[in-house]
Amino acid sequence: MSQRNRLGTGGRIDRTRPLSFNFNGVSLQGFAGDTLASALLANGVDVVNRSFKYARPRGVMAAGADEPNAIVQLGSTEAGQVPNVRATQQALYNGLVAKSTNGWPNVDRDVMGLLGSLGGQFMPPGFYYKTFMTPASAWPKYEQYIRKAAGLGRSPVESDPDIYDHMNHHCDVLIVGAGPSGLAAALAAGRSGARVILCDEQEEMGGSLLDSRESIDGSPAAEWVATVLAELATLPDVLLLARTTANGYHDHNFVTLHERRTEHLADLAPQANGRRQSRARMHKVRAKRVVLATGALERPLVYGRNDVPGNMLAGAVSTFIRRYGVIPGKTLVLSTTNDHGYRAALDWHDAGRTVVAIVDARDKPDGDLVAAARSRNIRVISGSAVIEAQGKKRVTSAVVAAIDIEGFRVMGSTQELGCDTIASSGGYSPVIHLAAHTGRRPVWREDLFGFVSGGVPGQIAAGGVNGRWSLRDALEDGFEAGARAAAEAGLNAVTVTPPAVAAVREGKAVALYEVPHTKPTMRAPKQFVDQQNDVTAAGIELATREGFESIEHVKRYTGLGFGTDQGKLGNINGMAIAARVTKQTIPETGTTVFRPNYTPIAFGAIAGRHCDELFDPRRYTALHASHLERGAKFEEVGQWMRPWYFPRGTESMHDAVQRECRAVREGVGMLDASTLGKIEIQGKDAREFLNRLYTNAWTKLEPGKCRYGLMCKDDGMVMDDGVTACLAENHFHMTTTTGGAAGVLDWMELWHQTEWPELEVYFNSTTDNWVAMTITGPKARKLLAEVADIDVSAEAFPYMDWREAKVAGVPARIFRISFTGELSYEINVQANYAMHVCKALFEKGAKYDLTPYGTETMHVLRAEKGFVIIGQETDGSVTPEDLGMQWCVGYKKPYSWIGRRALSRPDTRRTDRKQLVGLKPLDPKVVLQEGAQIVLEKEIKIPMPMYGHVTSSYFSPVLGHGFALALLKGGSERMGQTVYLSSGDGSLHAAEVVSPVFYDPKGTRHHV
Amino acid sequence: MLHIYCPHCDEHREEEEFRSKGEAHIARPPEPESASDEDWGNYLFFRKNPRGLHHEQWFHAVGCRKFFNVTRDTVSYEILETYKPGQQPVVTAESRNGSASDKGAAK
Amino acid sequence: MSDVATFNAHPAVAVQAESPLAISRITVATLTSAQGAGVCVREHALLGHLILRGRAADEGFRAGVEVALGLPLPLKMGPVSRDAERGVSVQWMSPDEWLIVVPQGEDYATEARLREALSGHYAVMQVSGAQTVLELSGPSALAVLMKSAGYDFHPRNFPVGKGVSTTLAKSTAVIRRVGEAQWELIIRRSFADYLYRWLLDASEEYGVFVAR
Ligand SMILES: [Zn+2]
Repeated sequence: MSQRNRLGTGGRIDRTRPLSFNFNGVSLQGFAGDTLASALLANGVDVVNRSFKYARPRGVMAAGADEPNAIVQLGSTEAGQVPNVRATQQALYNGLVAKSTNGWPNVDRDVMGLLGSLGGQFMPPGFYYKTFMTPASAWPKYEQYIRKAAGLGRSPVESDPDIYDHMNHHCDVLIVGAGPSGLAAALAAGRSGARVILCDEQEEMGGSLLDSRESIDGSPAAEWVATVLAELATLPDVLLLARTTANGYHDHNFVTLHERRTEHLADLAPQANGRRQSRARMHKVRAKRVVLATGALERPLVYGRNDVPGNMLAGAVSTFIRRYGVIPGKTLVLSTTNDHGYRAALDWHDAGRTVVAIVDARDKPDGDLVAAARSRNIRVISGSAVIEAQGKKRVTSAVVAAIDIEGFRVMGSTQELGCDTIASSGGYSPVIHLAAHTGRRPVWREDLFGFVSGGVPGQIAAGGVNGRWSLRDALEDGFEAGARAAAEAGLNAVTVTPPAVAAVREGKAVALYEVPHTKPTMRAPKQFVDQQNDVTAAGIELATREGFESIEHVKRYTGLGFGTDQGKLGNINGMAIAARVTKQTIPETGTTVFRPNYTPIAFGAIAGRHCDELFDPRRYTALHASHLERGAKFEEVGQWMRPWYFPRGTESMHDAVQRECRAVREGVGMLDASTLGKIEIQGKDAREFLNRLYTNAWTKLEPGKCRYGLMCKDDGMVMDDGVTACLAENHFHMTTTTGGAAGVLDWMELWHQTEWPELEVYFNSTTDNWVAMTITGPKARKLLAEVADIDVSAEAFPYMDWREAKVAGVPARIFRISFTGELSYEINVQANYAMHVCKALFEKGAKYDLTPYGTETMHVLRAEKGFVIIGQETDGSVTPEDLGMQWCVGYKKPYSWIGRRALSRPDTRRTDRKQLVGLKPLDPKVVLQEGAQIVLEKEIKIPMPMYGHVTSSYFSPVLGHGFALALLKGGSERMGQTVYLSSGDGSLHAAEVVSPVFYDPKGTRHHV
Repeated sequence: MLHIYCPHCDEHREEEEFRSKGEAHIARPPEPESASDEDWGNYLFFRKNPRGLHHEQWFHAVGCRKFFNVTRDTVSYEILETYKPGQQPVVTAESRNGSASDKGAAK
Repeated sequence: MSDVATFNAHPAVAVQAESPLAISRITVATLTSAQGAGVCVREHALLGHLILRGRAADEGFRAGVEVALGLPLPLKMGPVSRDAERGVSVQWMSPDEWLIVVPQGEDYATEARLREALSGHYAVMQVSGAQTVLELSGPSALAVLMKSAGYDFHPRNFPVGKGVSTTLAKSTAVIRRVGEAQWELIIRRSFADYLYRWLLDASEEYGVFVAR
């Protein structure tokens, strides 16, 4: 196929660089500088897609982000698949492969089209809801079929080999849009010395100036663009980002920009300088001021069958001719409500093709462009509009009639004008999406027939988005906005004299949101309002008649402005139609809410480099190399990578844990306890602070001693626990749970800073400074004696004491505390020396078969002793007494410590609260399920009152049976009772309620 | 993403450096043991949820690790002031009396 | 026993000390020399790190710190007091908290000097095992920071000599500008491997050299 619609000259394409591409399996040619859409039009491809719901043939309609139809699936390989790409925004590259998004089996012969062609009666709004509602069980089948036939592209099933990244910015002035206003604003702000970011979504900066008929300073507008960009490039604090869409506008002028870095080059990101580069980059910009220079989108006219390929926006026709050297047809009828639309006819005529007629809705069109058309002897039909297009896969003629806009009716007879293209212009809609993302409601301007920004703090709108359509106004507005933004950002703004632009006399436009037809809307041929979502004027009318009168309901019922479209073309017309039917004004009807993103972006760009190994930080202790060497399997605890268990050979997890448990009970084991939170506390009021923070008393704890402490929130519920050592009179070393570390420190700061600033105490995290190695088991003392330089006898170093010593030559603090119930020492050394000490322990420990163990064994051992784990036995609704830990509550302490008052509230005093108990399954082989609910009766009935749940459950090698900890209503009164728990397979397990301390209840083993 | 001025660091910082800690100026009753159950319940559990002006406590978790207060409009998310613990807000619902966003403020 | 228990963490005998990066593997493409590198990464391992707490308003406290460290105490967020020659720096972390970095092995002696010079309500804590220093330099070091943190690193907001504590990727860091294109990142031990790999990944496109 040749490029039969390519003009001989003109356009910003490079005719010396032909490019090959493939569309729906057909090989085609274009040029560098083309978009996929311009190349398709150059090749005379009329049908580029099937519509979403009715599967009607559709062609290119617009030239930019507003394109509703030419949405394609890109990619030559499975991994490189990209859905929902607008052909109008995709730069052509050699080897590009694209397919129509919809159309099954293909765009020319489509199964759904049969259904769609039967008309609106068969697929009204709510069609899917109404038709496939019953039976509910069949929906998955319906869905399968519907998804196959209609949809918006598909995700690749292979991993995306490309990378994406993020970059943060701060600037004085962010300018969104590099058309006339944006460039002017950038120049004014840039010359003022402001830190400026100028972004534009298109391949080239310049916006409308790239296809303008006007001159700036006596030269073509595009030359001014080049001059301005060259100057901006020399300013060190100005960042120019082409191919970058401002997609989301967030609080306090935080704007997310999506830069497509390689999508114009190839399917997959090519390397740069021999190194990989990101395919797309999300820029996160915090701007002191934002200049919104996003311009305006042309509004199509809503007339019968306005979706047949060949129906286009007038501005798009001009853009294809002037920017890409492509003329999308032979014979044109233009239907317009304003002067600006005339440019399409002038460009068409000047390209040497036939303009059949300009159909102007105004009775007396008048203005410089109208005069220019008349001087070319183009036929102008006034007071009229195209009311219907003829043709199936391409326009064959336009049906034209005189219309009464006020009366919403056609007057007199119709005439049919043969043509293959109908361009329409219904005026402009300012692109206010970014002014609305933070929730500000747009404001209707009757003089513009459009919504403008409702005003966002720190945001200045300039040019088309303000309704300043003419080039002169847009430039002036831009310079003003740039200078104002710089001044408001605190700079000395310079004033820039706008360049000379000839004034264009413009006739007044009229509003025409729906073109009347000879038939009423409900029976007229489909008049599309939103082509991407297949929403018609009749659909909106039906929705309002069915009671969906709020515009937000109309949107959801019909799909108007849904998804990737975000109301770019159809919103104003749709709202105006809803307003007409509900007999309201447009401002009364209001707009729907615009949401980020303005155009679709890849999930990869949102994730950036926060994926795979960098998805979440993994924290390692200083002993990690040792764990790897000993074959540890790891468990993520918070962000920490903790050894879970250490299998030997092909040992199963169960076997490894049983062996590790026995080693601790019979010999000696070693646990890396470094992840426990550690907080160093200094100050003369440190002790008083602990008294207020912990539930138990700290007044008498002497230097050299340790104590277990329990912390509550002020509601009396347990929040953390741990052992704190008195290092000196005014000096304590606190430990917290691994997960609670950061929260406990914040908690202490909160109370100190806001309630008790008078207490002289300081605390800081020392978690990462220390490595804690726990050696535990009957042989722990013998091992310690071999590595430590102090007397470790029971007399010299009793339980709950700490000592300073040298372990393998390294200064250490050794805490004689136990979380296993066995004789235990926790050796703390500065982390940089930890590996040395660890190696020495295993060297000396070999003869005692020193066994490394992980978190799973730690859990079993502590549960055998009835030691709770915060967050496992507790869930924020458990008091110390619920845990049976009254021994740890200092009711006699003089200060009303955190949580104390709440413990005397009626709810915390209830005797039927859930209390910690042990459960011993009657069948010793049974290991109850953690989380299993407890019931009191064997017979299942409904309702079945539930009395509690299992919090921890394991098999104990030392006990020889399964056992569990549980929270049970009134549990302390139920000792010896039999309760029942779900087994998970429909049957119940019986278990006896017992004390939660299963092993060595007298505590003789660690007191040796 | 709010941009929050920390009165301790004397700089605006990104929201990700901070933690929101709920309503500001919740004072612990000075004599807890003589407080009624109802008063203690109110102190523990009852918080304002106004539409409009709100005084909140924030924590500069990744910066100076200090607490401070923020007067924020919960509708527009505009931050009107930040101030240190122990200080009182300058901007209050009363001082902004008559502004539209305070209407319908819940107790 | 005294009010506070001091602790010299360093062994008197020769013991192999390990930086937090001892376990880190480099998985990105690196250059073999600094020549042409956009970013150079170098660890300053095993330095002495201390936390100092106290009352900035207390004249005696300020004077005592200056005597002990030979550097003025910074009284607001931003400028870091530094004696590059001696390898000593003090940074404001909070209205009552400062970070002191000294050469390897000098943390204990520094604490002793501070305790000798100070009285009243203050605290000194050693955290030398808890953190390490990464130096990023080169023409693209700034871009790497912009890819990693939301703070404003532009010279107007971040002149040479400034230091801040902020987020870095999904962790945190103390970041100091040592020269126009030279930065120090003080990162926590347990997050060091994550941050190191994050930074190398972000540096790769500019050409990165890892100095040993
Ligand atoms: Zn702060």
